[in-house]
Amino acid sequence: MSLDPSFVGRTYPPTAPYQVGREKIREFATAVGATDPAHHDPEAARALGHPDVVAPPTFPVVITMAATQQIVEDPALGVDYSRVVHGDQRFAYTRPVVAGDELVCVNTIEDITSRGGHGFLTTRTDVRTVAGEPVVAVWSKLVVRKEA
Amino acid sequence: MELPAQTYRVTRADLVRYAGASGDFNPIHWNERTATGVGLPGVIAHGMFTMALVGRAVAGWAGAPDAVVDFGVRFTRPVVVPDTDEGTEVEVSAVVKETTEEGLTRLDITATCRGEKVLSQARALIRTAG
Repeated sequence: MSLDPSFVGRTYPPTAPYQVGREKIREFATAVGATDPAHHDPEAARALGHPDVVAPPTFPVVITMAATQQIVEDPALGVDYSRVVHGDQRFAYTRPVVAGDELVCVNTIEDITSRGGHGFLTTRTDVRTVAGEPVVAVWSKLVVRKEA
Repeated sequence: MELPAQTYRVTRADLVRYAGASGDFNPIHWNERTATGVGLPGVIAHGMFTMALVGRAVAGWAGAPDAVVDFGVRFTRPVVVPDTDEGTEVEVSAVVKETTEEGLTRLDITATCRGEKVLSQARALIRTAG
Protein backbone atom coordinates (compact mmCIF):
# COMPACT_ATOMS: atom_id res chain seq x y z
CA MET A 1 0.00 0.00 0.00
CA SER A 2 1.47 3.35 -0.96
CA LEU A 3 1.50 6.37 1.33
CA ASP A 4 -1.39 8.78 0.88
CA PRO A 5 -0.05 12.12 -0.45
CA SER A 6 -3.05 13.95 1.01
CA PHE A 7 -1.24 13.73 4.39
CA VAL A 8 1.32 16.32 3.19
CA GLY A 9 1.03 19.46 5.31
CA ARG A 10 -0.55 17.67 8.24
CA THR A 11 0.71 18.92 11.61
CA TYR A 12 0.31 16.84 14.75
CA PRO A 13 -0.42 18.05 18.29
CA PRO A 14 2.68 19.03 20.36
CA THR A 15 4.32 16.15 22.21
CA ALA A 16 4.62 16.02 26.00
CA PRO A 17 7.64 18.02 27.25
CA TYR A 18 11.00 16.21 27.27
CA GLN A 19 13.30 17.16 30.15
CA VAL A 20 16.91 17.22 28.90
CA GLY A 21 19.03 15.76 31.69
CA ARG A 22 22.71 16.43 32.30
CA GLU A 23 23.42 12.71 32.70
CA LYS A 24 21.59 11.91 29.44
CA ILE A 25 23.80 14.37 27.57
CA ARG A 26 26.90 12.87 29.20
CA GLU A 27 25.72 9.34 28.36
CA PHE A 28 25.01 10.25 24.72
CA ALA A 29 28.30 12.15 24.35
CA THR A 30 30.20 9.18 25.77
CA ALA A 31 28.40 6.77 23.40
CA VAL A 32 29.47 8.79 20.34
CA GLY A 33 32.97 9.49 21.68
CA ALA A 34 32.42 13.24 22.08
CA THR A 35 34.99 14.06 24.74
CA ASP A 36 34.89 17.87 24.69
CA PRO A 37 34.52 19.00 28.33
CA ALA A 38 31.50 21.18 27.43
CA HIS A 39 29.46 17.96 26.96
CA HIS A 40 30.41 16.70 30.42
CA ASP A 41 31.39 19.53 32.75
CA PRO A 42 28.91 22.36 33.51
CA GLU A 43 31.79 24.75 34.29
CA ALA A 44 33.33 24.14 30.84
CA ALA A 45 29.92 24.73 29.24
CA ARG A 46 29.41 27.95 31.24
CA ALA A 47 32.79 29.18 30.05
CA LEU A 48 31.32 29.01 26.52
CA GLY A 49 28.26 30.95 27.61
CA HIS A 50 25.84 28.05 28.12
CA PRO A 51 23.80 27.51 31.28
CA ASP A 52 24.73 23.80 31.54
CA VAL A 53 26.34 20.96 29.54
CA VAL A 54 25.85 21.18 25.75
CA ALA A 55 24.46 18.29 23.70
CA PRO A 56 26.40 17.01 20.67
CA PRO A 57 24.83 18.09 17.34
CA THR A 58 22.92 14.86 16.64
CA PHE A 59 21.52 14.53 20.19
CA PRO A 60 18.04 15.91 19.29
CA VAL A 61 17.33 12.68 17.41
CA VAL A 62 16.88 11.03 20.83
CA ILE A 63 13.85 13.25 21.27
CA THR A 64 12.61 13.55 17.69
CA MET A 65 12.80 9.84 16.85
CA ALA A 66 10.42 9.13 19.71
CA ALA A 67 8.27 12.14 18.76
CA THR A 68 7.86 11.10 15.12
CA GLN A 69 6.31 7.81 16.25
CA GLN A 70 3.19 9.99 16.21
CA ILE A 71 3.44 9.93 12.42
CA VAL A 72 4.97 6.51 11.88
CA GLU A 73 2.33 4.89 14.08
CA ASP A 74 -0.60 6.93 12.73
CA PRO A 75 -2.94 4.12 11.66
CA ALA A 76 -4.53 6.39 9.05
CA LEU A 77 -1.15 6.81 7.31
CA GLY A 78 -0.32 3.11 7.61
CA VAL A 79 3.51 3.03 7.56
CA ASP A 80 4.88 -0.53 7.80
CA TYR A 81 7.80 0.17 10.15
CA SER A 82 9.47 -3.18 9.44
CA ARG A 83 10.14 -1.89 5.90
CA VAL A 84 11.43 1.56 6.93
CA VAL A 85 15.03 2.64 6.36
CA HIS A 86 16.54 6.01 7.17
CA GLY A 87 17.13 8.11 4.05
CA ASP A 88 18.15 11.64 5.04
CA GLN A 89 18.63 13.57 8.23
CA ARG A 90 19.13 17.28 8.86
CA PHE A 91 19.34 19.59 11.86
CA ALA A 92 18.98 23.39 11.58
CA TYR A 93 19.87 25.03 14.87
CA THR A 94 18.70 28.25 16.46
CA ARG A 95 20.86 27.33 19.45
CA PRO A 96 22.39 24.14 20.89
CA VAL A 97 20.38 21.89 23.22
CA VAL A 98 21.56 22.19 26.83
CA ALA A 99 20.81 20.32 30.03
CA GLY A 100 17.78 21.77 31.75
CA ASP A 101 15.89 22.40 28.52
CA GLU A 102 12.27 21.32 28.53
CA LEU A 103 11.49 20.61 24.90
CA VAL A 104 8.27 20.10 22.97
CA CYS A 105 8.12 18.68 19.43
CA VAL A 106 5.67 19.65 16.72
CA ASN A 107 5.68 17.19 13.82
CA THR A 108 4.66 18.07 10.30
CA ILE A 109 4.54 15.83 7.24
CA GLU A 110 6.45 17.87 4.68
CA ASP A 111 6.49 15.55 1.72
CA ILE A 112 5.27 12.17 0.52
CA THR A 113 6.42 10.74 -2.79
CA SER A 114 6.76 7.30 -4.32
CA ARG A 115 9.26 6.01 -6.82
CA GLY A 116 9.86 2.50 -8.06
CA GLY A 117 7.37 1.10 -5.57
CA HIS A 118 9.18 2.69 -2.62
CA GLY A 119 7.50 5.34 -0.49
CA PHE A 120 9.38 8.44 0.73
CA LEU A 121 8.13 10.28 3.80
CA THR A 122 9.75 13.56 4.86
CA THR A 123 8.94 14.82 8.34
CA ARG A 124 9.89 18.11 9.95
CA THR A 125 9.99 18.35 13.72
CA ASP A 126 10.12 21.82 15.24
CA VAL A 127 11.75 21.52 18.64
CA ARG A 128 10.93 24.38 21.01
CA THR A 129 11.11 25.05 24.70
CA VAL A 130 7.87 24.88 26.67
CA ALA A 131 8.02 28.69 26.66
CA GLY A 132 7.93 28.62 22.84
CA GLU A 133 11.58 29.51 22.11
CA PRO A 134 12.71 27.75 18.91
CA VAL A 135 15.79 25.52 19.44
CA VAL A 136 16.23 23.27 16.41
CA ALA A 137 14.31 22.13 13.34
CA VAL A 138 14.89 18.49 12.44
CA TRP A 139 14.09 16.85 9.09
CA SER A 140 14.03 13.09 8.51
CA LYS A 141 13.34 11.31 5.28
CA LEU A 142 12.17 7.74 5.77
CA VAL A 143 12.10 5.26 2.94
CA VAL A 144 9.35 2.64 3.09
CA ARG A 145 10.73 -0.12 0.92
CA LYS A 146 8.37 -1.92 -1.40
CA GLU A 147 7.24 -5.40 -0.46
CA ALA A 148 9.47 -8.04 -1.98
CA MET B 1 40.80 23.96 1.59
CA GLU B 2 40.95 20.33 2.68
CA LEU B 3 40.59 19.54 6.36
CA PRO B 4 42.60 16.75 8.02
CA ALA B 5 40.79 13.39 7.69
CA GLN B 6 39.58 11.71 10.88
CA THR B 7 39.34 7.94 11.32
CA TYR B 8 36.96 6.31 13.81
CA ARG B 9 36.96 2.63 14.78
CA VAL B 10 33.48 1.13 15.13
CA THR B 11 32.87 -2.14 16.97
CA ARG B 12 29.73 -4.05 17.97
CA ALA B 13 30.24 -2.74 21.52
CA ASP B 14 29.97 0.83 20.17
CA LEU B 15 26.64 -0.03 18.53
CA VAL B 16 25.25 -1.55 21.72
CA ARG B 17 26.31 1.51 23.70
CA TYR B 18 24.77 3.83 21.09
CA ALA B 19 21.53 1.80 21.09
CA GLY B 20 21.25 2.29 24.84
CA ALA B 21 22.11 5.99 24.79
CA SER B 22 19.89 6.86 21.83
CA GLY B 23 16.96 4.54 22.49
CA ASP B 24 17.22 3.02 18.99
CA PHE B 25 17.08 -0.71 19.71
CA ASN B 26 16.39 -1.89 16.14
CA PRO B 27 17.95 -5.40 16.19
CA ILE B 28 19.62 -4.93 12.78
CA HIS B 29 22.20 -2.93 14.78
CA TRP B 30 23.12 -5.76 17.15
CA ASN B 31 21.60 -9.08 16.03
CA GLU B 32 23.24 -10.94 13.12
CA ARG B 33 20.20 -13.20 12.60
CA THR B 34 17.84 -10.25 12.22
CA ALA B 35 20.25 -8.32 10.00
CA THR B 36 20.89 -11.17 7.56
CA GLY B 37 17.19 -12.12 7.74
CA VAL B 38 16.23 -8.78 6.18
CA GLY B 39 18.85 -9.12 3.47
CA LEU B 40 21.71 -7.10 5.00
CA PRO B 41 25.26 -8.46 4.76
CA GLY B 42 25.46 -8.40 8.56
CA VAL B 43 24.93 -6.14 11.57
CA ILE B 44 25.11 -2.49 10.47
CA ALA B 45 25.79 0.71 12.37
CA HIS B 46 22.91 3.06 13.10
CA GLY B 47 22.94 5.75 10.41
CA MET B 48 22.67 8.23 13.25
CA PHE B 49 25.80 6.75 14.86
CA THR B 50 27.73 7.37 11.64
CA MET B 51 26.29 10.91 11.53
CA ALA B 52 27.37 11.42 15.15
CA LEU B 53 30.95 10.45 14.21
CA VAL B 54 30.80 13.01 11.41
CA GLY B 55 29.52 15.51 13.98
CA ARG B 56 32.61 14.82 16.10
CA ALA B 57 34.85 15.49 13.11
CA VAL B 58 32.99 18.73 12.35
CA ALA B 59 33.26 19.92 15.97
CA GLY B 60 36.98 19.11 15.87
CA TRP B 61 37.52 21.09 12.68
CA ALA B 62 35.47 24.00 14.05
CA GLY B 63 37.44 23.90 17.29
CA ALA B 64 34.22 24.19 19.33
CA PRO B 65 31.57 21.74 20.60
CA ASP B 66 28.72 24.17 19.90
CA ALA B 67 29.67 25.42 16.42
CA VAL B 68 27.19 23.49 14.26
CA VAL B 69 24.41 25.66 12.84
CA ASP B 70 23.12 23.35 10.10
CA PHE B 71 24.03 19.71 9.50
CA GLY B 72 22.53 17.29 6.99
CA VAL B 73 23.39 13.93 5.38
CA ARG B 74 21.91 11.29 3.12
CA PHE B 75 22.53 7.66 4.09
CA THR B 76 23.51 5.82 0.92
CA ARG B 77 25.30 2.65 2.02
CA PRO B 78 25.29 0.75 5.32
CA VAL B 79 28.38 0.57 7.56
CA VAL B 80 28.74 -3.17 8.15
CA VAL B 81 30.33 -3.94 11.53
CA PRO B 82 31.84 -7.44 11.78
CA ASP B 83 31.84 -9.35 15.08
CA THR B 84 35.58 -8.92 15.66
CA ASP B 85 37.69 -6.96 18.14
CA GLU B 86 38.74 -4.65 15.30
CA GLY B 87 35.23 -4.05 13.93
CA THR B 88 35.52 -1.59 11.06
CA GLU B 89 36.60 2.00 10.44
CA VAL B 90 34.81 5.10 9.20
CA GLU B 91 36.95 7.81 7.65
CA VAL B 92 35.62 11.37 7.54
CA SER B 93 37.10 14.17 5.47
CA ALA B 94 35.86 17.55 4.30
CA VAL B 95 36.60 20.55 2.18
CA VAL B 96 35.78 24.14 3.06
CA LYS B 97 33.31 25.19 0.41
CA GLU B 98 32.64 28.85 1.16
CA THR B 99 32.10 31.52 3.75
CA THR B 100 28.52 32.75 3.75
CA GLU B 101 27.44 36.37 3.96
CA GLU B 102 26.69 35.79 7.64
CA GLY B 103 30.30 34.73 8.19
CA LEU B 104 29.51 31.01 8.55
CA THR B 105 31.69 28.31 6.99
CA ARG B 106 30.19 25.67 4.71
CA LEU B 107 31.80 22.22 4.66
CA ASP B 108 31.29 19.46 2.11
CA ILE B 109 31.88 16.18 3.90
CA THR B 110 32.88 12.72 2.71
CA ALA B 111 32.48 9.60 4.88
CA THR B 112 33.81 6.25 3.72
CA CYS B 113 33.98 2.70 5.05
CA ARG B 114 36.26 0.15 3.39
CA GLY B 115 36.89 2.65 0.60
CA GLU B 116 33.22 3.18 -0.26
CA LYS B 117 31.16 6.28 0.39
CA VAL B 118 28.48 5.71 3.03
CA LEU B 119 26.93 9.21 2.89
CA SER B 120 26.07 11.66 0.17
CA GLN B 121 25.05 15.32 0.31
CA ALA B 122 26.79 15.54 3.69
CA ARG B 123 27.08 19.23 4.54
CA ALA B 124 27.59 21.34 7.60
CA LEU B 125 27.38 25.04 8.27
CA ILE B 126 29.55 26.06 11.21
CA ARG B 127 30.48 29.10 13.22
CA THR B 128 34.21 29.44 13.37
CA ALA B 129 36.14 31.07 16.18
CA GLY B 130 37.58 34.53 15.78
